[in-house]
Amino acid sequence: MSSDTSPDALPRRCFVKEAAAVALGGAATLVPIVSGLVVWTDPLRSGSANGKASFSRITGLESLPADGVPRKFTVIADKQDAWTKTPNVPVGAIYLSRSAKGDVTAFQSICPHAGCFVEFRSAKNEFFCPCHNSSFFSDGSINDPRSPSPRPMDTLAVEVRGNEVWVRFETFQAGHREKIPTA
Amino acid sequence: MKALWEWLDSRTGIRHLAQEALMEKIPGGARWRYVWGSALTFCLAIQFITGVVLWAAYSPGAKSAWESVFYIQHEMAGGWFLRGLHHYTAQIMVVLLALHLMQVVIDGAYKAPREVNFWFGLALLVVTLGLALTGYLLPWDQKGYWATKVATNIAAITPVFGSQIERLIVGGSDYGNLTLTRFFALHAGILPGLIVVLVVGHIALFRRHGITAKKPFRKPDARFWPDQVLMDAVAALAVVFTVVALTLYFRGAELTAPADPSEPYSAARPEWYFLFLFQFLKYFPGGTEVWGAIIIPSLVLGVMALMPMLGQWKLGHRFNLLFLGAILLGAVVLTFEAKLQDARDPEYWKAVERAHRDSQRAVELAKSPTGIPEGGAALLLRRDPLTQGPRLFSQHCAGCHRFDGNDGLGNAVQEAASAPDLKGFGSREWLAGILNPEKVATAHYFGGTKFKDGKMVRFVQQKVAKYSDAKRADLAKVILAVSAEAALPAQAELDERDKLQIEEGRVLARDSVNCTDCHQFRKPDEDATAPDLTGWGSREWLVSIISNPAHTRFYGKRNDRMPAFAETGQLDAEKIGILADWLRGDWYRARAR
Repeated sequence: MSSDTSPDALPRRCFVKEAAAVALGGAATLVPIVSGLVVWTDPLRSGSANGKASFSRITGLESLPADGVPRKFTVIADKQDAWTKTPNVPVGAIYLSRSAKGDVTAFQSICPHAGCFVEFRSAKNEFFCPCHNSSFFSDGSINDPRSPSPRPMDTLAVEVRGNEVWVRFETFQAGHREKIPTA
Repeated sequence: MKALWEWLDSRTGIRHLAQEALMEKIPGGARWRYVWGSALTFCLAIQFITGVVLWAAYSPGAKSAWESVFYIQHEMAGGWFLRGLHHYTAQIMVVLLALHLMQVVIDGAYKAPREVNFWFGLALLVVTLGLALTGYLLPWDQKGYWATKVATNIAAITPVFGSQIERLIVGGSDYGNLTLTRFFALHAGILPGLIVVLVVGHIALFRRHGITAKKPFRKPDARFWPDQVLMDAVAALAVVFTVVALTLYFRGAELTAPADPSEPYSAARPEWYFLFLFQFLKYFPGGTEVWGAIIIPSLVLGVMALMPMLGQWKLGHRFNLLFLGAILLGAVVLTFEAKLQDARDPEYWKAVERAHRDSQRAVELAKSPTGIPEGGAALLLRRDPLTQGPRLFSQHCAGCHRFDGNDGLGNAVQEAASAPDLKGFGSREWLAGILNPEKVATAHYFGGTKFKDGKMVRFVQQKVAKYSDAKRADLAKVILAVSAEAALPAQAELDERDKLQIEEGRVLARDSVNCTDCHQFRKPDEDATAPDLTGWGSREWLVSIISNPAHTRFYGKRNDRMPAFAETGQLDAEKIGILADWLRGDWYRARAR
């Protein structure tokens, strides 16, 4: 940008003009960029689409023998998926087990390690994640010191209302030692 | 820092590139008349930025397009503003295109050696209009749906391959999911790709030949940077200012009701920059539209493409100026004419008003706690008593009944009513009216019916007319009691407040006013000869009487004109329910915020 590239007699560069061109052009360009960023980052500001997790009816006690063996159940709830609202659709799955004393425990079926769907292998009476081989006892605790999972399986709040099992269905962030709700 | 710059330059040649891009010589110095091309490029940048973000939230599907645009517009923070920027920048681009074209022709910038670049410019004009056309349909609202139908139907009259062209554009024989996916692919993929290629070519050729400097030069020569860039930046700022002002003034782009092929939309008009074509088409009688829609516009474009050749002749440049002037003037006149015709057409304004009402209602329902159902937002209005009730009433009931003296939609009806006015049916006021000796035989109640000399009218005119004050007080309670049967939402508080009087009224209906001499009321009565007052005006009662008024519970054999809407199949259960809900004023109301 020195004079050697401009053989013609041309006016000298003017800092004020250059600064003004950059400032005005930049200001104009910022309008669409900032508006775009505001909308793009909307998911950071809006909370969980489904709001605070609420209790859902899962099953009747009669379908849950008091043998301590976990069984898989589908969670049916109202789902708000961005613009569509659908009542009573499957929103996930949980494992329920009832001890001989009658206490009902609920486990989230998502692996706390990286979020795969954990299987229950009845032959070995253990939970096993097919992705990275995390395994858990049937009470949800880690059964292998080298398990990739940083924490036991996530339990969910259970209420037995009369003859019905109700569970507060929520999801937790994978990969942490603590149980942090995703909502 | 300097070392880094040197390294980068040695690896990329960025200094030479910047020099090349910014240090172009402008004979006669920077001028405002050169800003149009840059302003258009800037618009294109806005469209790319806003478009990509809109894309991130848009879902092209017949049951998700309107819904996702609603979500952008009403649920995402700043979404309405972003969509407004995209919408109004598109409009500004059309204006800038016209100005740029005029400047090029007036300054003779299309002449040799710049012919090819002029053609690039014309291609850019066509592609930009294509983007405008395809973008109009994407929200899948009534306005875009019906306006775009006209465009694709016009494509179908293209000679020889018309129907194939239409099928390719629409993605089949009718509008649906594939129409949206294909329009979206055009709007966000193919046409923007094409525009990038064309713009690169346009600018490269422009640089090759240099600017067409307007003489006489009033200033010494200058470089593009910073003099012209500063002017271009001011122009860009003016563009942004205008677009933001339009967005704020109109509160973003319009989103009309969800597209519904079963709902007419007489307010459908193309965007203002296509209005001249819309108006032009009105002058071609049936069978000759192909001239107005395709042949003549193609010829005009053809003549424009030949402008560089014509410009070689002595009078060619003048002809070009005259031709472009005539086309632009013609477009302005036709646009003005289209606007004027609409302005003078009260039916059009009615349609606009209805469209506006439907749009607002659709948004209100989409925001309601029940939200948008899985079946799509079109169901919101289809199932809404407030929207459909008046339409159904006007079509099926207003031949005999009136609603507040009109057909339910607010239109006067020529013939005299031959059945009661149903505004407020079930309410205390309506009942008080039919039990008023002066009103019972008017057209509002039984005046137009065969019951105008019947038992009820005689009872009211002869007995009720002579009631003592005590008896009148009894009647007032009976009115409360019978009206409470309807359980109207609007009367819920009053019914709760007057619970005790309603209880009394139920007894008095039997013991004092003798309603039960003819009517059945809260106790089975096989001898009843008049319509059942149990649940009178309730949803169930209304659904039943609309389904079959000749049932013994209602008018039996004395029903002489009202069709059994359910049994004759004239209305299905959903529509009858909608009518009943509407008559009862039972529909979703947004709580005032």
